[in-house]
Amino acid sequence: MVPYTYYLVLSGILFAIGTAGVFLRRNLITVLLSIEVMLNAVNLMFVSVGRYRGTVDGQIITFFVMTVAAAEAAVGLALVIALFRHRETLSPDAFTSLKW
Amino acid sequence: MEIVAFYIFAAIAVVASLLVVGQRNPMYSVMLLITSFGALAGLYVLLDAPFTAVTQIIIYAGAIMVLFLFVVMLLNVPREEPLAAAAATLVGPTGMRVGAALSVLLGIEMVWALSRYGSVPFDPDFGVEISDVANIGKMLFTQHAFAFEVTSVLILVAMVGAVVLARKEH
Amino acid sequence: MLEWLLSWVTPVTVHLALIFIIFNLLVLAAAFMVWMERKVCAYIQDRLGPNRVGYAGWKQPFADVIKLLMKEELRPKAADAMLFSIAPVLSAAAAFAAFSVIPFGTELSLWGYLKEPVPLQIADVNVAVLVIFAITSMGVYGIVLAGWSSNSKYSLLGGLRSSAQMISYELSYGLALGAVIMLSGTLSLRETVMNQSGYWWYVIPKWYIWLQPLGFFIYMCAGVAETNRAPFDFPEAEQELVAGYHTEYSSMSFALFFLAEYVNMVTVSAVATSLYLGGWLGPFLPDWLAWMWFLVKVLALLFFYVWMRWTLPRYRYDQLMEFGWKWLLPMAVLNLLATAALVLWLG
Repeated sequence: MVPYTYYLVLSGILFAIGTAGVFLRRNLITVLLSIEVMLNAVNLMFVSVGRYRGTVDGQIITFFVMTVAAAEAAVGLALVIALFRHRETLSPDAFTSLKW
Repeated sequence: MEIVAFYIFAAIAVVASLLVVGQRNPMYSVMLLITSFGALAGLYVLLDAPFTAVTQIIIYAGAIMVLFLFVVMLLNVPREEPLAAAAATLVGPTGMRVGAALSVLLGIEMVWALSRYGSVPFDPDFGVEISDVANIGKMLFTQHAFAFEVTSVLILVAMVGAVVLARKEH
Repeated sequence: MLEWLLSWVTPVTVHLALIFIIFNLLVLAAAFMVWMERKVCAYIQDRLGPNRVGYAGWKQPFADVIKLLMKEELRPKAADAMLFSIAPVLSAAAAFAAFSVIPFGTELSLWGYLKEPVPLQIADVNVAVLVIFAITSMGVYGIVLAGWSSNSKYSLLGGLRSSAQMISYELSYGLALGAVIMLSGTLSLRETVMNQSGYWWYVIPKWYIWLQPLGFFIYMCAGVAETNRAPFDFPEAEQELVAGYHTEYSSMSFALFFLAEYVNMVTVSAVATSLYLGGWLGPFLPDWLAWMWFLVKVLALLFFYVWMRWTLPRYRYDQLMEFGWKWLLPMAVLNLLATAALVLWLG
């Protein structure tokens, strides 16, 4: 049997990788991808805690997190498309001032 | 036997996530993230949650990533642009290095904090009750019914918002 | 002697043997489909079809495979090498993997030689219907990547259109599945088939197609659109007009795309038989030959597929998308609501 802590540690590592991605990447789409990595790490933790406590609540929360992630990805990508139309670039550095 | 499966899936998930963050081509990043999701689905199966595993593949790997793929293809951005040398401090090279260092620190902290439980095993009896999809349905539609309805409104709002935001202005 | 050999047989070996047999059967089924398509198409068009290579041309698909193997494998210079090679593999892998949860017979115990009876199914998961749905939604990637990595305008357009079509029809597909799940009360395919056993008035079998005729129609429409076939094959027919997502592919990569398409057809037919037509249930045959009924039903649906392709004209792309979103999806939702109401009311 796999001990409980292994899943938690894995979730922590994935979360840190996602955070590093948000800091380090200069491409808006890859930043969104790193946010998805973070959300997945959190899902893993919810499911493993649910399995440990013996309740189904972990999976239910995961269900909601997935739906919210889908909504957020859709709106985020729509924003990226709108931004790309104005500046022809996907680098976050191009959007540092409030005026077009 | 389960430990071997866990290590394989965990290794795939970590390596794929590292490559998503680390490599330059956004198309490859999307495909690697799909691999990572597949590995996580395998981990959910190991955790006696087959419904979550399948939902992960359907929603994340099957729908959200297709959305990302379409956007990457339509915007057709080539490889990432190199960082401008004279960028402001927060986003410049120093900022990035500090950010990377902080993330590594976060990783170390989380590994330390979460491994303080020691080697606690799962209770094998709980697995049967959890993997039953009927239980998930019961809880979802009775105790969490409000959250369920609110989520459907949220998806509607996101759909309308995405259409409005990505529309061409005339 | 046989008993001594079979006493070694552990569950793992049995499963590996089952996987090997089913994989080969699927490849053979695809080859058979190539032959059937050409013969049926020929008879519909009032001609004979292949009849030189073997009696009634049964060796034709094998001759085709040999020809394809000997062609040169091309890759455009500007194509993205890794994605270009991986795309047909993704398509084929998703097509084959979806078949792993389909039950096509009752348990075999080889007349008592095997220690425990083996169900004729690779994996009896209790979320089988969702697994099939998940793996078919992974099949989109092969097409999208093929269109993108060929680095040619027409391939890209064909790939995008085809994948947009597939994800649009996935919704109606899922809702049709949802209605059947409500009727059978379980997500496992084996139990759904078992719930359809028995007869009404000793003559009419208790299949779900009688209870869900609209659902069956929706499922078949969505299934045909998912596999990019017959009236919904505009992205492929672009080949006749301009180009499709597999223009730049030749030899075995091309063969893999078509293998994937035929195996997808077989999977859709097999799932339709399990959910709507009662799987392997049928009169007269003993339990260990029940897979023959399954075969007969799947063949009937496959014939229907081929028949539709060569009889109906194809939809234009915008007509196709309009049908999927404005007609099929509301019908599927109404079907779901009606089924839910009836299940509640009649208990």
